[in-house]
Amino acid sequence: MRYNILYFASLRDGAGRDSEEVESVHANARLLYDELRQRHGFTVRQQALRLAVNGAFASWDHGLADGDEVAFLPPVSGG
Amino acid sequence: MNQFHLCDQPIDSAALSRALSDASAGACVTFEGWVRNENAGRAVKRLDYQAYVPLAQSEGERILGEAKQRFTLIGAACAHRVGALAIGDLAVWVGVSAAHRDAAFAACRYIIDEVKLRVPIWKNEHYASGESGWLHPDNTPVT
Repeated sequence: MRYNILYFASLRDGAGRDSEEVESVHANARLLYDELRQRHGFTVRQQALRLAVNGAFASWDHGLADGDEVAFLPPVSGG
Repeated sequence: MNQFHLCDQPIDSAALSRALSDASAGACVTFEGWVRNENAGRAVKRLDYQAYVPLAQSEGERILGEAKQRFTLIGAACAHRVGALAIGDLAVWVGVSAAHRDAAFAACRYIIDEVKLRVPIWKNEHYASGESGWLHPDNTPVT
């Protein structure tokens, strides 16, 4: 499955890029994050993140589809 | 009509207030969030805001819609800066108009509280020490 992964804030710094095209066997978002976490050395736990798929917040149980835009969102600090 | 604005230039709060004016409004309440020179005992020199733009836009609009459902309002708007800000800059503006002040005060508070909790925008503070850090408050995700 191919995904376009979006990174923000500390994840963006950790990945060294704001997005990347990723090939993964995982349709499970938790496993996908875990794979990327290991690859980039992210220190943020999955439980601390919110998931967004194709521009909308999604449950971590949301099954990913080929071509999805997936964003892992650290705790927000706007305002 | 889109009333949630992400701005990469200084927020024109006067224009936003004027846009809320309405002959049936007896009250207008606005909130300004300014960039402060200190956070958790550390001297802040400047900061950056970064947004997941499409989702920040839709979630901001959603919050304004919720405020209009919960409170009897005439209008509600919010503008949030993105990019680099200096101490004293206007970071976020919220404005509400209503027939009466109770709803206006309560709705304004609701909007800024929800924006801070939910909208995908992140703050990177640059400290006097030369260090910087993205703020990721220890809040539990909603979902």
